[in-house]
Amino acid sequence: METLVFISQNLDLIFERTVQHMSIVCVAIGLAIVTGVPVGILITLNQKAADIVLYIAAIIITIPSIALFGLMIPVLSLIGQGVGYMPAVIAVLLYSQLPIIRNTYTAITNVDPALREAARGLGMTPIQRLRRVEIPLAIPVVMAGVRIAVVMNIGITAIATYIGAGGLGAFISRGISQSDPRQLITGALMVSLLAIVSDYFLLWLQKRLTPASSSAPAGGH
Amino acid sequence: MIKLEKLSKIFETPNGGTVMAADKVSLEVPKGEICVLLGPSGCGKTTTLKMINGLIPKTSGKIHVAGRDTDTIDPVELRRSIGYVIQQIGLFPNMTIEDNICIVPDLLGWERSKARKRAAELLDLVNLDPSIFLKRFPKELSGGQQQRVGVIRALAADPPVLLMDEPFGAIDPINRAVIQDEFLRMQTELRKTIAFVSHDIDEAIKMADKIAIFRDGKLEQFDSPDDLLARPANDFIASFLGSDRTLKRLSLLKVSDVMLSGRIRVSAQDDVATARDMMKEAGHKNIVMVGPRGRARGYLHLNDVVEASGTVEEHYQALPTTVNVDADLRTAVSRMFRHDMTWMACVDDDGFFKGFITQRAISHQLGATYRDTPTEGLT
Repeated sequence: METLVFISQNLDLIFERTVQHMSIVCVAIGLAIVTGVPVGILITLNQKAADIVLYIAAIIITIPSIALFGLMIPVLSLIGQGVGYMPAVIAVLLYSQLPIIRNTYTAITNVDPALREAARGLGMTPIQRLRRVEIPLAIPVVMAGVRIAVVMNIGITAIATYIGAGGLGAFISRGISQSDPRQLITGALMVSLLAIVSDYFLLWLQKRLTPASSSAPAGGH
Repeated sequence: MIKLEKLSKIFETPNGGTVMAADKVSLEVPKGEICVLLGPSGCGKTTTLKMINGLIPKTSGKIHVAGRDTDTIDPVELRRSIGYVIQQIGLFPNMTIEDNICIVPDLLGWERSKARKRAAELLDLVNLDPSIFLKRFPKELSGGQQQRVGVIRALAADPPVLLMDEPFGAIDPINRAVIQDEFLRMQTELRKTIAFVSHDIDEAIKMADKIAIFRDGKLEQFDSPDDLLARPANDFIASFLGSDRTLKRLSLLKVSDVMLSGRIRVSAQDDVATARDMMKEAGHKNIVMVGPRGRARGYLHLNDVVEASGTVEEHYQALPTTVNVDADLRTAVSRMFRHDMTWMACVDDDGFFKGFITQRAISHQLGATYRDTPTEGLT
């Protein structure tokens, strides 16, 4: 009850921090798609490169987020950005690489060889094959990777408050330091809500982007 | 139209060895003919086919398509000028049937409306209603319908040459026969030059103008289906064609090929004695009775009328069955066996009596090929 009162009295603050939170996640995921998808496509050309890239991405994801933030402070301090928005975005960007690269890579390599042969046999160039056949067929699986990255990183961004990036994590950290369960619960609630809503939005988007009658891809739901 | 000269392909195996997938294959498919590349799996037929449009790079030799050396043509341009059909069909699930058919015209930069119009025409050609199918996705079509679309997609830009890799292999036998017939009907109008891979002898006999038999990368024999069945060049080919290969030739021959003239005939009002004399004179045991306009109506058997008198009408028996002059001999022989007959009257589409066939004449026709050939060892 006290929590509800707190929420109703702080709607402005909650809204502001939600926007802050989402701006970190959206910018980072946007950059991750722009970098991860091309990397995922490129590594389909070379098995060895694929192994190395996927291995590195897997190692990055195993670094605890709090440690990653700590590691970035001295590095980014060199350009005066040791704390705040920039390291948060970079961390989310790094964590998003594995799901996005791996799903792109898997989706492209799993395109039915018969379709690839038909595309070649009909006279498509490698670029046309990619653009007209392989990428359209890969989109649902790539989107599934994006969903995983978004949901995972909404949680990770909550921790970025400790390096001064703001966001909904601020409610949680203050709730802990001030022993105030209202703030703690509000923060946790909002983070979960945000994750669920984003997931459903992306699922909807994924369905919109899936060609009307192509095979149902591995989605996660 | 398609000419291969000493075409070879050497594959390297992972353990450092080499495999001769095609060994100096030379053959020529004239314009408008279907050449079936036939053989057991791993014989090099598919490799040979895929070298023609450069999907598999050749190791050595020359390929000419429509008079041009394929080495001088950009592979992408070459493939756009050759129709290609594969067993797995390979319709793109993210595109409508219309867009699938229009792929090559679109790649060639045809005007959009022209390409779309062409797609509708082609669907009509294979009896798929364009108003229903153009906007559908491949998943919504049956296997047979998908393969029809696969074939017309290859025809979309009207290429003179078509490569088909076991195109009807994944379709159930009933639908396969229907699609084969449909395709042959289209081919009589389109006159494409076609290289067609198959491992099914019956399909090869049905579709081919020429059959090329492969074994271990080598072209073993290149002949018309009838010559191949009549004179297999070696034991491998003979056993591959099967011990019933002479029977398979029946489907290549028409009733009219072995039909004896129907000039000897009687009508209902003729005297039985006349009929008897005609049979004796011709050395026949039976004579067909025709109606006033020449339709086959019945027959007399010599032994039944040795002592008889009166008109033919009083003695004739109904014909148990007849056969169309355009039917193949396989159908005719099957019908003869079913009715336990040694001869059968042949009629045209309107039932007019044209002549008759006998088991003797059929076996004579099938055996003639062998009698013409000097028997090995005697020459």
